[in-house]
Amino acid sequence: MGLTLEKLALEQGTFRLEADWTVPQAARVAVIGPSGAGKSTLLAAIAGFHPPASGRILWAGADITQLPPGDRPLSVLFQDGNLFPHLTVAQNLGLGLSPRLRLTQAQREAVAGVLAQVGLGDKAERKPAALSGGEQSRVALARVLLRARPLLLLDEPFAALGPALKAQMLDLVDRIAGQTGATVLMVTHDPEDARRLCPLTVVVADGTAAAPTATGPVLDDPPPALRAYLRG
Amino acid sequence: MLAAAIAGLMAVALAVVFFRAGSSRLGAADWAAVRFSATQAAVSALASVALAIPVARALARRRFAGRAGLIAALGAPFLLPVVVAVLGLLAIFGRAGVLNSGLAALGLPQVGIYGFHGVVLAHVFLNMPLAVRMILHGWQGVPAERVRLAQSLGLGPGGVFRHIEVPMLRGVVPGALLAVFLICLTSFAVVLILGGGPRATTVELAIWQAVRFDFDLSRAAMLAAVQFGLCAAAVLLAARWTAPAALGAGLDRPLALPAPGGWRRMADGLVIFVAALFLALPVAVLVVWGVSDLADLPAGVWNAAATSVALALVVAGLTALAVVALASAVARGGGLARMVEAAGMLPMAASSLVLGIGLFLMLHPFVAPSRLALPVTALVNTLMALPFALRLVLPAWRAAELTQGRLADSLGLVGWARFRLAVLPRIRRPLGMAVGLAAALAMGDLGVIALFASDQGVTLPLQVWRLMGAYRTDQAEAAALLLMGLSFAVFILFDSWGRRGADT
Repeated sequence: MGLTLEKLALEQGTFRLEADWTVPQAARVAVIGPSGAGKSTLLAAIAGFHPPASGRILWAGADITQLPPGDRPLSVLFQDGNLFPHLTVAQNLGLGLSPRLRLTQAQREAVAGVLAQVGLGDKAERKPAALSGGEQSRVALARVLLRARPLLLLDEPFAALGPALKAQMLDLVDRIAGQTGATVLMVTHDPEDARRLCPLTVVVADGTAAAPTATGPVLDDPPPALRAYLRG
Repeated sequence: MLAAAIAGLMAVALAVVFFRAGSSRLGAADWAAVRFSATQAAVSALASVALAIPVARALARRRFAGRAGLIAALGAPFLLPVVVAVLGLLAIFGRAGVLNSGLAALGLPQVGIYGFHGVVLAHVFLNMPLAVRMILHGWQGVPAERVRLAQSLGLGPGGVFRHIEVPMLRGVVPGALLAVFLICLTSFAVVLILGGGPRATTVELAIWQAVRFDFDLSRAAMLAAVQFGLCAAAVLLAARWTAPAALGAGLDRPLALPAPGGWRRMADGLVIFVAALFLALPVAVLVVWGVSDLADLPAGVWNAAATSVALALVVAGLTALAVVALASAVARGGGLARMVEAAGMLPMAASSLVLGIGLFLMLHPFVAPSRLALPVTALVNTLMALPFALRLVLPAWRAAELTQGRLADSLGLVGWARFRLAVLPRIRRPLGMAVGLAAALAMGDLGVIALFASDQGVTLPLQVWRLMGAYRTDQAEAAALLLMGLSFAVFILFDSWGRRGADT
């Protein structure tokens, strides 16, 4: 039993989104749908930034609806602002292990280890502004690896990267999720991303986040709301 | 909680003022003080702004070596202790000053600096630079597109004035006028030295006289109530024109304004030169005359200097604590945030003597006022610093929460760790500046301290004033030089702390 959204309803002004389904553990789920349908709001609610109007969010059977964001069993990457610009790469990673940035020797070695894994072993003392966009994404993913939380939410963190870099990052996500056994929910605008990484897809449209279904069939024969979005 | 404490303290102080004021009536002399306060503040504001407009325009459309330095130096009079500024002006315009010596040598009659026009002169000296910076801000806010449009339509200087500069000034000038008016309305030290007497007494000075000379506390309370009413009215008026922040740096942009040549070029140069001379000369004369006596200063002056440094550091610490506590409550948002922000801005409507007299009335039945001189001075200076400190720090804090708040939440950053790692690096620069300003203003404060102080616990500004009163002008000038140096030093200390850690 992985992530369960139980009769979940989200509201923002006149906007309303409902979801009532379960994602199995270690699943990879694409979240796809027209702009403004509520994909980001759905992730924000799971991450703890948007209190639901009603319903519950459960992880492995435990209710996490009331937990503050930092205490939830998940890591989240936003479209931007995933790193503190005033902290070094190593400090940004260290925050994933200790919010007070008091690291033990073992934790420091863990930081160096994940940095080497994402190929940035020599950039530990740089600030984010001194890195390229791809490198910044890799630092953020290295922190996900370091925290090793069982659920990973991706709100289009690679949208600003070019196609080749984005493919690299998705491969890295694949590797990290495999390594940590994490369940992945990934918002995307690109059906190819979904096919590449996610066997399951949640379609968000018309006020509903539908239960996850197999990605291939739903993209080959999309429901009407998604068809308009995908094919114009 | 702190906001409640601040609001509560001010409310009690004001309540005591109004309670004590109930039993008293305003006499003719008091009405004269009200009239003089309002008139001198209005004339000072008009003169400062009228003189600031050509200076700001010249600075906006000319580029020359030292321009950035000059604009930065325009921030200095804000830090300059008032007693130092007045002493500098006396060195130029006073009886034995440079100007009168020159006039005497030519056999011309002397000019006086005491009374109404002296007060206005000092206020213009102190506030014209502030007005220049506010108006310059307006000029630099003129969109480049509009300037290009004017140029493509072939508008001359007259057309540019009518269609670009007048509309801009209409937006900026009221805010500048009100800011200067409000500062001058509560001016104390200038009037204490250059004014006085039945024809040149402000309400602020009358409060002090009622306490120190007549020990008529209910009359002092009545005057404080009147002063509060005047200030509150001016603040409410000012709130309708939200003035742009005039303290910020970064006033250099690519030249967008047309810079007409010919006589206008000469006029701009002359305006800048005269303004710089007017602002620099009193300070320069003080430096030259004061430096030779620096070694002969009596021990009392050095003791006072030590007291003032300690006072400034205490105010710096209190201001930092208060502004961080208030800003964290405000930045978190929610219904309470507005009330907290309002509490922080409340001291704007009270002058330092109004708060001082309130605390005096609260405390004097229990403790001898002179023993409270320093604690009360520290408290009042901290309260008076809060509005501008909040204005400097809050935007940066809000921006930090806006851009990185979710990231901090998702990593479980709370409490002190969140402040130290996620917020402080982003607000360090404005915080350093705000705390530096608070410390420098406390260092130079000659207000509440004059209400409370006896002979012990004397601060440096008070010592300078007493040396002036004793006609020991040489020592007063040397002590003033010391005071000026210390004021700038504490500002630079905190401001550079803010800059050093600030991330670019």
